[in-house]
Amino acid sequence: MTELWERTAADLASLVASKQVSAAEVAESCIARTNEVEGDVLSYLTLTPEAARAKAAGVDAAVAAGEPLGPLAGVPMALKDIICTEGIRSTAASKILDTYIPPYSATVAQRLYDAGGVLLGKTNLDEFAMGSSTENSAYQVTRNPWDLSKVPGGSSGGSAAAVAAGQAPFSIGTDTGGSIRQPAALCGVVGLKPTYGLVPRYGLIAFASSLDQAGPITRDVRDAALVLGAIAGLDPKDSTSLPGPVPDYMGALDKGVEGLKIGVVKEISGEGVNPAVQTRFREAVQILEKLGAQVGEVSLPTFGYGIDIYYLIAPAEASSNLARFDGVRYGLRIDGADVENMNRNSRAAGFGPEVKRRIMLGTYSLSSGYYDAYYLKAQKARTLIARDFARAYEQFDLLVSPSAPTTAFGIGEITDPLTMYLSDICTVPSSLAGAAAISVPAGLSADDGLPVGIQFMAKPLDETTMLSAAYAFEQELGLLPKPPLWSPS
Amino acid sequence: MGIGRQQVEHVAKLARLALTEEELNLFEGQLSAILEHAATVTKLDTEGVEPTSHSMPLMNVLRPDVVIPPIGSAAALANAPAEEDGHFRVPRILDDES
Repeated sequence: MTELWERTAADLASLVASKQVSAAEVAESCIARTNEVEGDVLSYLTLTPEAARAKAAGVDAAVAAGEPLGPLAGVPMALKDIICTEGIRSTAASKILDTYIPPYSATVAQRLYDAGGVLLGKTNLDEFAMGSSTENSAYQVTRNPWDLSKVPGGSSGGSAAAVAAGQAPFSIGTDTGGSIRQPAALCGVVGLKPTYGLVPRYGLIAFASSLDQAGPITRDVRDAALVLGAIAGLDPKDSTSLPGPVPDYMGALDKGVEGLKIGVVKEISGEGVNPAVQTRFREAVQILEKLGAQVGEVSLPTFGYGIDIYYLIAPAEASSNLARFDGVRYGLRIDGADVENMNRNSRAAGFGPEVKRRIMLGTYSLSSGYYDAYYLKAQKARTLIARDFARAYEQFDLLVSPSAPTTAFGIGEITDPLTMYLSDICTVPSSLAGAAAISVPAGLSADDGLPVGIQFMAKPLDETTMLSAAYAFEQELGLLPKPPLWSPS
Repeated sequence: MGIGRQQVEHVAKLARLALTEEELNLFEGQLSAILEHAATVTKLDTEGVEPTSHSMPLMNVLRPDVVIPPIGSAAALANAPAEEDGHFRVPRILDDES
């Protein structure tokens, strides 16, 4: 028998709305499942079972009273702990925010609450979303549900692992240079980074403001469309959020890929990508051709510079954003002789090594004498990446590549920061251009049996075409087998 | 392009980070390696190219002039490491006048 925790978000919403199960039963199933495997996976930093039970009871009361229900009524969810939740500790996996309890909720969280979502807890991440393995959390290392000796990817590793392990039917991650798509690929789930500005950033603890976007991590493409529809749209509290109606993402799923022109990005699909990953990716491209897409190779020369551009821009914005952690208004304070020493001591004690490294890198590239050579140069190079995209989209409707250059690597295996940064090579270009992208499972590697993802990259605000192609691909390939941990003995 | 020990110390001061000897040594090597890699960007021809600060340019973002209740000082101060009389408390900034 299929347990409730195994069902998708769309199935659960429909079961609750049609009174076949209660929201309370769904919540209990997910809470029990979470407790069953949490000791192995370590996805969560904070669990909120009592709040979940209270919310589920509210949904059940609304169902009984015949009140109108939101699209996610009674559906359990997990939120990355960089998303502020009123009254619930939100740490960004940093010791500097160890006791921080936000006085308000992020727009993303509020919209999901309003849609009827039931919060199960807050998930682990690399501290301030800086990392690609979730090993930079100040609290714990989340393990990949496919192989507990491997990382789940990052920075939204807890969010991806929770969905892959059956703890939550969906979660929300944030993506600055690949932090939704890369962990989704490594954990064998779906991860969608929306167009910059589609999903409001209000209440996300800021990393790099010109790049940060929240988006869904789900077990299938249909759920990604469902959740995106619930969180997208203009927010007066975020001046970078985009106006305009939110498309019907669910309604667009069945459009298929026949006749779509799909470009394989040469620069991030061959050299630098593990051969076993390349094999699965090539097979995925053949599936798209079989479904009637017109596939061709496309060269975007500046993509090879993506990592270097990204690691000049993102740390610069981070060094500015993280200046707010000064030991005054919230967060850790370590006393000093004067204000400046109090600031210095608080930040030294509160930030972990990767955060310090990026603050240093960003402060350097913004500092007098280096600004033009590094930061401004990178901002201009960013324009070249956007132009490369625009040129490619004159010929193609969508671009594809592997989602990550490797499958999940071992915990503790990568210690050099630069080597770790290179695991984002496939995902940073669309972040820099602000374009939408999604990672969808494309099978298991013949080398190690771990999941491989294919990335679809769309024109800005063309999530509907991206979702319909991803959905058609997923229908044809079929869902992955479940990870060994799915049915514990 | 290398970054010397003195520069690392200067940047730490700008960033208000009290770093240990060990951290200063570590970052000197690591930042040099990262910047050396990133220096490939300087080879790109960006003559006449406008910088991108935001990928989706929006102009004149306005919202209706509607009064929204603020969260209030009690909520705003709830996470403060130190507070006094409804204010954030910090170490003395000005010298004693006496």
